[in-house]
Amino acid sequence: MDYYNLQPILLGIDRYMNSIMPGWLVTVLEGLAVGIFIMLMYIILAIILIYMERKVCAAFQCRIGPNRVGGKGGLLQVPADVIKMLTKEVITLKNSDKFLYGLAPFLVIMASILTFSCLPWNKGGEVLHMNIGIFFVLAASSIGVLGILLAGWSSNSKYSLIGAIRSGAMIISYELSIGISVLTMVVISGTMDIQGIVESQAGAWNIFRGHIPAIAAFIIYLIAGNAEANRAPFDLAEAEQELTAGYHTEYSGIHFGFFYLAEYLNLFITSGIATTLFLGGWMPLHIAGLDGFNAVMDYIPGFIWFIGKTFFIVFLLMWIRWSFPRLRIDQVLALEWKYLMPTSLVILIVMTICKVYGLIF
Amino acid sequence: MSKLKNYIKRYFTAIGSLLIGMRTSMKVFMQKSVTEQYPENRHTTLHIPERHRAMLYMPVDENGKNRCVACGLCQNACPNGTIRLTTATVETEDGKKKKVLEKYEYNLGSCMFCQLCVNTCPHDAIRFSNDFENAVFDKSKLILTLNKNNG
Repeated sequence: MDYYNLQPILLGIDRYMNSIMPGWLVTVLEGLAVGIFIMLMYIILAIILIYMERKVCAAFQCRIGPNRVGGKGGLLQVPADVIKMLTKEVITLKNSDKFLYGLAPFLVIMASILTFSCLPWNKGGEVLHMNIGIFFVLAASSIGVLGILLAGWSSNSKYSLIGAIRSGAMIISYELSIGISVLTMVVISGTMDIQGIVESQAGAWNIFRGHIPAIAAFIIYLIAGNAEANRAPFDLAEAEQELTAGYHTEYSGIHFGFFYLAEYLNLFITSGIATTLFLGGWMPLHIAGLDGFNAVMDYIPGFIWFIGKTFFIVFLLMWIRWSFPRLRIDQVLALEWKYLMPTSLVILIVMTICKVYGLIF
Repeated sequence: MSKLKNYIKRYFTAIGSLLIGMRTSMKVFMQKSVTEQYPENRHTTLHIPERHRAMLYMPVDENGKNRCVACGLCQNACPNGTIRLTTATVETEDGKKKKVLEKYEYNLGSCMFCQLCVNTCPHDAIRFSNDFENAVFDKSKLILTLNKNNG
């Protein structure tokens, strides 16, 4: 179980650094190192996700996808796009609210990075660890909608404003279902600590432990998470046909890049949190009774489990995205308030009853 | 009561239809992609249908002779004036006068591939081929002489 625990190594490094330099310097250096690590992971994952999205989308449309830039698989297509975006001019609009216009992309990406830091990569390998971790994730991810609203408002464009208002209405609505289905999982795990939630799934993943209510909560989480990440069929905030590009119509260069990055990383974060809550995070697949099998599974490092499971859910979300047409705003809100929210409340009650009467595994 | 029943029914039909949609898209996902990687597959997998009309040509027999009798029907049939025949009158051994083809000019640039010329030809002397890579940098290169093989 403990072969791949990162905590002893990290604590060892910390102790060594403390022995050769003053404490404040250690804190600064460690903060810098972790920050750079998060940013790097963020960029690398964004590139992987965009490439994967393009390839998966192509396969869903019987196409090949990017295949010319950088050898046979088009591997350099996305890095080339990133470099192109970095070289573009950042336009400042004449009649916009300059401060809020500049602030909005940073709010969006900050919310995304804060949530990203909470993901449990490995045993002892999470960046932000607190005993109300999942609560913090919900709170931090809500900052993103503020950024979207500000982007729409400060751009002084009708397209942006309509997109932002739609997005605001939608994200605030779907946060309810997300919150309730997360709460369902907190009920079964008995803790809000993200590492604690993962540890509690050592016997079996939550989706197996909680059987029917957990599977229903998983589906609701995926639907609401898709809406949170502003992806089709819930991409009303962008709605190319109606609003050109929605809330980021007026943005260019790296500011647009921030929105774009955050969109893809929110997809990853949604999947990562789903993995943590339902599929056991970095916890290997354990089947009660099969000790040999469990021991073999333990040899696979936790981060591979986490990334594998997360990309599985990313694929599920892409499958949904490329299957269904976009909903209208009234349909989106009706889906949430008339169907998802009541269902998730029922699931929460069912799960609580199951937990109280010991009907979970 | 019927409203509640309707609500529950809609719930499950909606889930069913979503699953059907996902099954359909997964089927497409598993299919082979239909993209033609054109310049690369030019000599390997590129398939242009036989009946595709891309260029007029004159089929020749094993002696290199075409079957044109210089009747000019194709020239008259062409709505665009794409075909221009130059003919000459020669006298055969038994003293009859006969029209022979001197030059069969075909302007690819103004051809609209309607196939009226091919249909009207009584001797099957002209046909369309599916040889479609006809782009050139100069308009004058589009005027082709089809009977160059046998003068």
